[in-house]
Amino acid sequence: MKIFVNGTPTEIPLDLNIYMLLDQLDVQKKHIAIEINENIIFKTDWESTKLEEGDKIEIVKAIGGG
Amino acid sequence: MKKDDLCISNKTFSSRLLVGTGKYKDEIEALKSIEISGAEIVTVAVRRIDFSNKNSQSILDFISPDKFTILPNTAGSYNVKDAVRMAKLGREILGGEELVKLEVLNDPETLLPNMDMTIKAAEILVKENFDVMVYCTSDYESCKKLEDLGCVSIMPLAAPIGSGLGIIEPDKIQRIIDSVSVPVIIDAGIGTASDASIAMEMGADAVLLNTAIAKSKNPLDMAMSMKLAVQSGRLSFKSGRIPKSNASPSSPLSGIIES
Repeated sequence: MKIFVNGTPTEIPLDLNIYMLLDQLDVQKKHIAIEINENIIFKTDWESTKLEEGDKIEIVKAIGGG
Repeated sequence: MKKDDLCISNKTFSSRLLVGTGKYKDEIEALKSIEISGAEIVTVAVRRIDFSNKNSQSILDFISPDKFTILPNTAGSYNVKDAVRMAKLGREILGGEELVKLEVLNDPETLLPNMDMTIKAAEILVKENFDVMVYCTSDYESCKKLEDLGCVSIMPLAAPIGSGLGIIEPDKIQRIIDSVSVPVIIDAGIGTASDASIAMEMGADAVLLNTAIAKSKNPLDMAMSMKLAVQSGRLSFKSGRIPKSNASPSSPLSGIIES
């Protein structure tokens, strides 16, 4: 199925939770935050949150800024 | 010398210099400069992870939240909704820390704060239990409103972000320093050490800067310069400057030899 990760259309298998998506994207899990369709998903809910067709995912981190 | 801590939202800091982490050559230079500056509160921005760059680490891998108080900002927000979203993402990145630097700007050219939207966003964030340190113009009414809403620090700009112009409206800044009871931090527009000293001599509680160190020819030395400037300005303020007046001799007029 197709989801959008940071604006990019991405094909993923069915029944993927957030942890599995992060593994697939090879993203470190420390110091990041995740939104699905503009709602923050707390880290404690990553395991239980399954992705659905058309979901818009934002995966963000801290970068240098003033 | 007496202890002279900066208190923000029940947390105390011995340094009155806050610094940003942007515009450095690399993370190593940023970390070294920040360590030399003595800053304890350090700002970061929140951005999408770039999946095309697999090795890109987080700035927090270098500037550790165990060592510094990390202040995530809402830079890049031009409306209330994005600012609130960004603040919540920043809080999540830091595992629930409540401090946020709120900034909602008018446009990407002037980078000046939009005060109507800043006030609306501040109201929402305070209700959501954020400790809001708010970047703002030197408009007195807006600053008082932000204080009344419960912001923990009012941070008027010396001059536009990255401009290095120094304090362009000192009278307006002075009025805010004199009438706001939460810490007033002069944020943005500092160009060199004397600008930081002047802000502190005026009675500001602290100074927040980034470009002045990061884009100087020697950031490590400039970091030290800013540390000393802030300390020097603060000491000068606490010591009480002499009033400006006509000339008065420093050496006695009596006992002068005759020709």
